[in-house]
Amino acid sequence: MTDDGGAAPLPAPRAGAEPAAPAVALRGASLSFGPRTLWDGLDLDIRPGEFFAVLGPNGSGKTSFLKVLLGLLPLTSGSAEIAGRPAGTAGREIGYIPQQKGFAADVPLRARDLVGLGVDGHRWGVRLSQRAVNKEIDSLIARVGASDYAKVPVGQLSGGELQRLRVAQAVAGNPAVLLCDEPLLALDLNHQHAVSSLIDRQRAETGAAVVFVTHEINPILDYVDRILYLAEGRFRMGTPAEVMRTEVLSELYGSRVEVSKINGRIVVVGLPDAMTHLHHGHAVPQLDQETEEAGA
Amino acid sequence: MSLGDLWNSVFSFDNYGEILALVQNSVWAGAVLGLLGGLVGTFVVRRDLAFAVHGISELSFAGASFALLVGADVVTGSLVGSIAAALTIGFMGGRARSKNSIIGVLMPFGLGLGILFLSLYQGRSANKFGLLTGQIVAVDTVQLQVLAGAAVAVIAVLVLVWRPLGFASVDPEMARARGVPVRFLGILFMALLGVSVALSIQVVGALLVLALLITPAAAAQKVTAAPVPAVVLSVVFAVVATVGGIMLSLGGRIPISPYVTTLSFLIYAVCAAIAGARRRWGSYGRVLRPAARERTLTRS
Repeated sequence: MTDDGGAAPLPAPRAGAEPAAPAVALRGASLSFGPRTLWDGLDLDIRPGEFFAVLGPNGSGKTSFLKVLLGLLPLTSGSAEIAGRPAGTAGREIGYIPQQKGFAADVPLRARDLVGLGVDGHRWGVRLSQRAVNKEIDSLIARVGASDYAKVPVGQLSGGELQRLRVAQAVAGNPAVLLCDEPLLALDLNHQHAVSSLIDRQRAETGAAVVFVTHEINPILDYVDRILYLAEGRFRMGTPAEVMRTEVLSELYGSRVEVSKINGRIVVVGLPDAMTHLHHGHAVPQLDQETEEAGA
Repeated sequence: MSLGDLWNSVFSFDNYGEILALVQNSVWAGAVLGLLGGLVGTFVVRRDLAFAVHGISELSFAGASFALLVGADVVTGSLVGSIAAALTIGFMGGRARSKNSIIGVLMPFGLGLGILFLSLYQGRSANKFGLLTGQIVAVDTVQLQVLAGAAVAVIAVLVLVWRPLGFASVDPEMARARGVPVRFLGILFMALLGVSVALSIQVVGALLVLALLITPAAAAQKVTAAPVPAVVLSVVFAVVATVGGIMLSLGGRIPISPYVTTLSFLIYAVCAAIAGARRRWGSYGRVLRPAARERTLTRS
């Protein structure tokens, strides 16, 4: 799995130190909307420094999973904690990287101001010490390689540029958890790689846990430690090698699903009709990408 | 009426110094309201609330005309009307679309009520007109102090919530993830907006409030994307429009509002022209390094 390299190593646990508290902890968590159960009996510890991917077709509850961690959606039963605090009360411990969504052309906000929101946007009052904040913004922007367009209005940025800045904004203040909601959607391959490696680098350098919601595993395959695969009200959890297998996914979907590995990419064939938008490989990427964008 | 007469009724500077001394208070109040309009306006524009301002002003007008009818204080009536409208919009309209339909429902209702109260009112007709088109010179010293005090209070609260309100205005999803109380701030801002609308109505009237609460901020946004200069310019534009409008109107026989709205519009027109020129020739602050760009592309 990680034999093709590229992943930064897990930060080594300090000798003699107590095992760190889990960055994310779910206990007996279940979520239902009326009679429809998205997932049930989910027990989960995500360690600091772990890269954790959440996969599944649309409607399987992977976005809801993120909303629960953000505290925007209450669990039907069970508990959810982030960095030892109940979900929804851990604002500063969370860095959030949303789906790529452009700003209106005339929003009075430059790239560096967007990053600045992550640095001190949550504080009361007005910004009094310009210099300290500016220094931090500069270093965050340099870290994601966005210095060339730091002063460009956000409405003029490309999708790839915007997502780099989103990473810089999210990692301000070194949060314990990075919650990523399909951050690679609608990006070309180059930017998919650039953005996912930036996220992984942050994980390696600060020991933040990454929760990465996606319907496309390949761009992050080199980094992923564990996968939570949601489908049909059920879930499977484990390393990519354990989960992304023909028997496992066939059982999960309740129908024959073929998983094969071609050139280091995982290709899933034979998903139920209603889920053809789900593409783990690039078997038909162009078409799928377009429907996805049109629906967004 | 000849052109000369027209000019004289619009601009007259006879005995200007004496008149200015008499209305010194309203010039000050105009400056404070300009400051308020410029500050609040930057958030109105960022939160896309132009239509809400219009809706609130119609209900503020209804409140003021009711106060006029029953002989109560007009500023109080106008405040009650606009805060009620602002909070209704704030609590009921979570998203822009539902917000707009609620405003669309409230607005004609408010205007209708206002017309009802004014037609029942038996007093001076200048009072009626003043509600729609502005009347700051007619406001006495005590009321001016109330206006200025309320404006300062709104500005103080605004400064207190400045950063999280800005965060919640331009990037709400991210702000919520970071624990910023987005909904609370949204409702608080609507309350502040309600007060600001009621105060601005005293200068430019219910129909022309947008000239004070939208135009300066929108003009500033045309010429700069940096937040601090945008706020400073917005305040400067609003103060120039109100104080300049009051000064120009002193000699003539016309209400203040046309001067304020015209100045405001001219400032916007100039800023829009600058933005157009920049769009054609500018680089938006992007550092262009052709060689470096190529390298990035080939590497990844």
